[in-house]
Amino acid sequence: MKMKTILAAGAMSVAAIAANNAHAGAVVDGIKAKGFVQCGVNTGLPGFSAANSEGKWEGLDVDVCRAVAAALLGDAEKVQYTPMTAAQRFTALQSGEIDILSRNTTWTLTRDAKLGLTFGGVNYYDGQGFLVPKALGVSHATELDGATVCVEPGTTTELNLADYFRAKGMSFEPVVIENINETTAAFFAGRCDVYTTDASGLASVRQTMAPNPDDYVILPEIISKEPLGPAVAQGDDQWADLVRWSLMAMIEAEELGVNSENVDDMKKSENPSIQRLLGVSPGMGEALGVDEEWAYRIVKQVGNYGESYKANVTAKLGLERGLNALWTDGGLQYALPVR
Amino acid sequence: MSKTQQAPGGVRSKGLADYLNDENVRAVIYQIVAIGLVILAGWYLVSNTLDNLERQNISTGFGFLDLEASFGISESMIDYTPKSNYATALIVGLLNTVKVAFLGIVLCTIIGTIFGIARLSSNWIVRKLATVYVETFRNIPVLLQLFFWYAIIPGAFPAARNALQPIPDVLMTNRGIYVPVPVADNAYEFMGIAAILAFVIIYFMKKWADKRLDATGQPFPVFWASIGIFVGLVLVAYLAGGAPTAMDIPKLKGFNIQGGYNISPEFLAVLIGLTVYTSTYVAEVVRSGIQAVPSGQWEAADSLGLKRSVSLRKIILPQSMRVAIPPLTNQYLNLTKNSSLAVAVGYPDLVSVSNTTMNQTGQAIEAISIYMAVYLGLSLITSLFMNWFNKKMALVER
Repeated sequence: MKMKTILAAGAMSVAAIAANNAHAGAVVDGIKAKGFVQCGVNTGLPGFSAANSEGKWEGLDVDVCRAVAAALLGDAEKVQYTPMTAAQRFTALQSGEIDILSRNTTWTLTRDAKLGLTFGGVNYYDGQGFLVPKALGVSHATELDGATVCVEPGTTTELNLADYFRAKGMSFEPVVIENINETTAAFFAGRCDVYTTDASGLASVRQTMAPNPDDYVILPEIISKEPLGPAVAQGDDQWADLVRWSLMAMIEAEELGVNSENVDDMKKSENPSIQRLLGVSPGMGEALGVDEEWAYRIVKQVGNYGESYKANVTAKLGLERGLNALWTDGGLQYALPVR
Repeated sequence: MSKTQQAPGGVRSKGLADYLNDENVRAVIYQIVAIGLVILAGWYLVSNTLDNLERQNISTGFGFLDLEASFGISESMIDYTPKSNYATALIVGLLNTVKVAFLGIVLCTIIGTIFGIARLSSNWIVRKLATVYVETFRNIPVLLQLFFWYAIIPGAFPAARNALQPIPDVLMTNRGIYVPVPVADNAYEFMGIAAILAFVIIYFMKKWADKRLDATGQPFPVFWASIGIFVGLVLVAYLAGGAPTAMDIPKLKGFNIQGGYNISPEFLAVLIGLTVYTSTYVAEVVRSGIQAVPSGQWEAADSLGLKRSVSLRKIILPQSMRVAIPPLTNQYLNLTKNSSLAVAVGYPDLVSVSNTTMNQTGQAIEAISIYMAVYLGLSLITSLFMNWFNKKMALVER
């Protein structure tokens, strides 16, 4: 070995040890430095996150990433998307490969407390259901004893499935394939009797991937609660706050009747809540560590929650608001007060 | 070790510079520095990882292995339900990996040897067909081949309701192939013991026959005698055990076919994919092994009046083994390691189960270290066995 090589290697080790990468605000600083938000999304779930015919990512989950980029970087387009399978997503987030995971992920205790994640709220209230071919002649999930079920690995769906069949004293055979496209292909090829995931996912798969959507039916039983939302890695509270409040701003905007069309006029509104949200009366942006126009940009560039829902979920999948209506309309979407 | 220790006494003591100029001293220093750097780098990585995990509030340790797994696994060689713990789930995955790797190794050796010999055939068609097979499957990435097999296997057969029945009670469906299996009975244990006994007897018979051949030159029909002993003993055990005939026959019940033994499309796709891919490499190894045997050996065998097939079996192949075993070992290791691609088509091998475990528990580092250790172990066992075999086959110099 050459002396020079050794010295170089030694110097590098010392430098690496000296560099301490653990300090608060690191994620925010990193995003500002690189100029875009690295966002982990589903590999393809129309309505939530899927690339359109021009290769542009769109969907309800994608809009969360765009809102955060609009708030922090001033431009909703400054997002880079990394498609992730269910099995890859948490490791990617923990290791810092992505800044934010916005991929129809269920908020659970284990994930929150043990996996080193912080959830930023719920952008879709969902529940797990079953999709079966009509030809099977099944009308209820309780008739599924002995069925072969296609499911994605590493999901809460996989666990609920086993729990449900156990509770009902029924047996099943899982077919577990990592990639959602392979899983659904297996289902439509008849490898499984049943495909199970969140009801929204079933609607998406039936609508966009089935050879003929009318040949398949979603069973009425919803067997679990699946509050889906964006998540970030624990350890950077400033970043977690920014993600949480970007989502809240979208919901609050809908509640206040502020949308991408009228947001400029609304700046003149006398309503103090609207004035605070849009930065007319300052303070909110400063508290989050961004400028006062943060929420204005979110609404202007991305739209409020209702607009995003309508453009993505209702338009593409035909799903009504249901549980995801605002609390004022009898739903569960409730923005924490922006004040 | 170093020369300085041997320096004769009485000579003026050396200065530091002299030591540093001594080649041996420098060699030792370099090595100490190198080891030190490796340890430093390792310590840096480990401590940094632990710090980061701690900071992100991610729990560490192997305690999760005792927790209830709560997820289903489609095929298992041992009892497994979602109630079992993660450790059991991982063992299920390990056994599935070993199953597909072992069968793959056996099959790719047989197929590879046939194609390797066929590539040297004097028949033009056989030779060209073998070449096309080898060159095609050797040059397509194995992952693509797995996708290919998995795409055609479920599509090639009908749904469970109209299953194909090529042989009575054997059902072929898009859920896999179902074969009848005998219902468990004591007689089958007797048969197993009889089979082991038969192998022992055959082993000693072979020794005796070799000795007799050396001494008297009289050949003994070892092959046929072995078959006779094996079949005879097993049959006697079967009859002594009461000759059970009950079979577990696969039948359509509800959605699925119940009963019998199911060979799943996932398993088939992985087995066929790995076998076909690796057999092309084995074929090349066999071909190069045969070509490495000097042609004088063929000529000598011809001059004794041996048939080509006998010369190949008794003279050429044993010699080619010496060349072939080391690269063959590599192919076996490759096959075992490639079996981890099974995750792509849903076969619940070790990686598939570990990935699920990793995701449900968040214990990425632990899960990955488990399967790294397991693959390392499997590879070392394979290579130990092959090294032993290699030594046995090596040319014994007299």
